[in-house]
Amino acid sequence: MSQTVSKTPPPIAMDEKMKEIMTNYYIEAKTASDSGKRVAWITSGGPVEPLIAMDIIPVYPENHGAMIGASKMGGSLCEQAEAMGYSGDICSYARADIASAVTCGGPIGGLPRPDMLIACNNICGTVIKWYEVLARYYDAPLFIFDTPMCHTDYPEESKRYVQRQVHEYVSFLEQVTGRKLDQDKMEEVGRLSLEAQRLWQAVLDTATARPSPMTAFDGFYHLALIVTLRGTRVAVDYYRDLLAEMEDRVAKGIGAVPNERYRLMWDNLPIWYRLKWLSKKFAAHDAALVADTYNTAWCRSLRYIDENDFLGSMAEGYTRMYLNIGVDQMADTIIEMAEKYSVDGLVMHSNRSCKPYSFGQYDIQRMVRERLDIPCLIIESHMIDERSFSEAQTETRIDAFMELVEEKNQCKER
Amino acid sequence: MHPATATEKGTFMNELDHFQEAAKNPEGYGKNLKASGRPVIGCLCSYAPEELIHAAGAHPMRLFGTKEAIVNADGHLQTYCCSLAKGVLENTLTGRLSFLDGAVFPHTCDTIQRLSDIWRLNTDYDFFADVVYPVKLNTQSALDYTVDIFERFKKNLESWSGQSLSEADLTRSIEIFNSIRDQLAEIYRMRSKDPACLSGSLLSSVVKGSMILDRDELPERLFRLRKEIEEGRYAVPGNERKKRLIVAGSLCDHPDFFSILEESDGVVVWDDLCTGSRYFDETVDIGVPPLEAIARRYVERRRPCPAKHLSNTARGEALAAMAEEHKASGVIFFLLKFCDPHAFDYPYLKEYLETRNVSVTLVEVENQLPPEGQLKTRLETFIHML
Repeated sequence: MSQTVSKTPPPIAMDEKMKEIMTNYYIEAKTASDSGKRVAWITSGGPVEPLIAMDIIPVYPENHGAMIGASKMGGSLCEQAEAMGYSGDICSYARADIASAVTCGGPIGGLPRPDMLIACNNICGTVIKWYEVLARYYDAPLFIFDTPMCHTDYPEESKRYVQRQVHEYVSFLEQVTGRKLDQDKMEEVGRLSLEAQRLWQAVLDTATARPSPMTAFDGFYHLALIVTLRGTRVAVDYYRDLLAEMEDRVAKGIGAVPNERYRLMWDNLPIWYRLKWLSKKFAAHDAALVADTYNTAWCRSLRYIDENDFLGSMAEGYTRMYLNIGVDQMADTIIEMAEKYSVDGLVMHSNRSCKPYSFGQYDIQRMVRERLDIPCLIIESHMIDERSFSEAQTETRIDAFMELVEEKNQCKER
Repeated sequence: MHPATATEKGTFMNELDHFQEAAKNPEGYGKNLKASGRPVIGCLCSYAPEELIHAAGAHPMRLFGTKEAIVNADGHLQTYCCSLAKGVLENTLTGRLSFLDGAVFPHTCDTIQRLSDIWRLNTDYDFFADVVYPVKLNTQSALDYTVDIFERFKKNLESWSGQSLSEADLTRSIEIFNSIRDQLAEIYRMRSKDPACLSGSLLSSVVKGSMILDRDELPERLFRLRKEIEEGRYAVPGNERKKRLIVAGSLCDHPDFFSILEESDGVVVWDDLCTGSRYFDETVDIGVPPLEAIARRYVERRRPCPAKHLSNTARGEALAAMAEEHKASGVIFFLLKFCDPHAFDYPYLKEYLETRNVSVTLVEVENQLPPEGQLKTRLETFIHML
């Protein structure tokens, strides 16, 4: 039982490995021009596998945004973007990234110049506008991979349209690089991508154990590779080792939160500049965030992809992403996860930076309450603009919420 | 007062009064039309394919925000949501839109996309449809896809109305909407030529009214209105000497804005608004299969909504060309707070236009215009600097 290991758990050993891989990845990306490789900037939900198969280095402004946020440099970069005329109401990733492109600011001195830009709107429409800004600034070719919103279903015409774009995308890459896509390599990359996604899901599934060997906050850190390096052997090996470590923790009864008593679920992107604070805050209430909608977004559409025909099936996988479905389907997903991970409460980050993720949360909250009878908390912020965060207010709300969770649990125990 | 001001019975009504009445009270108009037996379908933006709705025997009616307090919508949408989405939702939740048979949500921005879900989950009208447009407009596959989504929308309408939509029905509707678009564009041209022929606030009610009034009667009404404008019935002497401006943004449902602008010595001679030229810009080709023809208008138009991608600089080029064509020396960006697509474009459009000697200023509004004195000072300063 958790009581037997009430001390702070040992750090996750793979943390160091992650740091090493990401450092190497950014060094390789930043020296791409020396090695004659091309760099593509791509959205986090974008179809990266063809890039990997063509030996193009994918760079993710959103991952960069997360690093900026975690380094607490978002506020000043956002402020610079506002000085350029960008509204303080738009996505803070976009604001910080645009400012960083112009000023080479941020924790790694800006991203390497893109040879091409790939924007996929399965996460939001914001990326279209953001990448237009980048395309004008860098004078780089922009490919838009358009994935029509699946409000209630995935109709035939969307299927045809997205499938045609898979071919247009490959032609675009072939034209920019002057090389042909190697089909065998493509299929191999597709298999590796799926394998990494399956392993990542398995890692997240270990959090169904009591106590949970990891929290969503750990996930937000270990997520980096499924975003940036899916389709590579490195990611597969990494997640296999991480899974082994988590399984070992489960076997030994090591919980990420000492004395885990309450299990919570998180919705929306992390508040990157407050990860540690939030993690401690919840841990102080013996609460572990064992599930979330963000970490799983990169493996949720696994079921639509055919391992033996990656290019022929990725259209559906990429179109039916978590953020590209209706609010009711999102609620179903949350409820399903809440049950799977046996959660006692839902924490929703109402993210001023991400309207498609946040609008609809009030309705989801109602649906969750009706069907599960668990307390819900809503915290508001801009995910990497720390100027928008009110610590005192958030703290009070978390404390009040945890009281409710405790009460509900006592009732259940009685 | 105008010479032919409406009498109590409305016998000597100016044509313009019909537009103004509808613009002031769209819900009242919709209710009456519904009572006369016509189904009414609410349309969220200028990308709603109104021809199809009309051909199905229903009345397409544009939905606007509200000037009333937001009470119910706050339980569904956060504080950082634009006033249009909140206003539309408020109107439906309070029952002010109970005369509707349903609504159509063209895919535009992240906010309207979620508003569609929230509307679908919290209302129970007979009819509901998403028309999930492509976000890029510059490929053959996007055009083909647009034809496909119209095909689906047509089927939605058919199964709801129980009647099949023939090619002849569609062509007839296209002709009516083409006439409406042509005539609105003609009124804009008349006004660009002579800004003293009609005030900006009245012009805005003509466009708004056109999104509300019965389309079968509208071509005739616009024809009579043009005659009245030509006769000088609405002349506002002095406007011809004011600084010529363009206003750009999503929607401007504030006729007072145009009055304040004219009091500040400026006059809008053209616009790039969803409640302006984007509603009537370009017509649908006749002689092409109807759905393809309608799709082509949306996909190939040169001045798209900023939530759609035509090229990286399409909007800059279009606005610069508009300023040149209409001899405007400045562009006022009239933006709704929390409207992401416009907010993203603003810095580049400002730079693009200023390097071409077109001055730019920004007015950001939430539900209400900024206080009149403050707005006037800003506009006067901008106009005097031109």
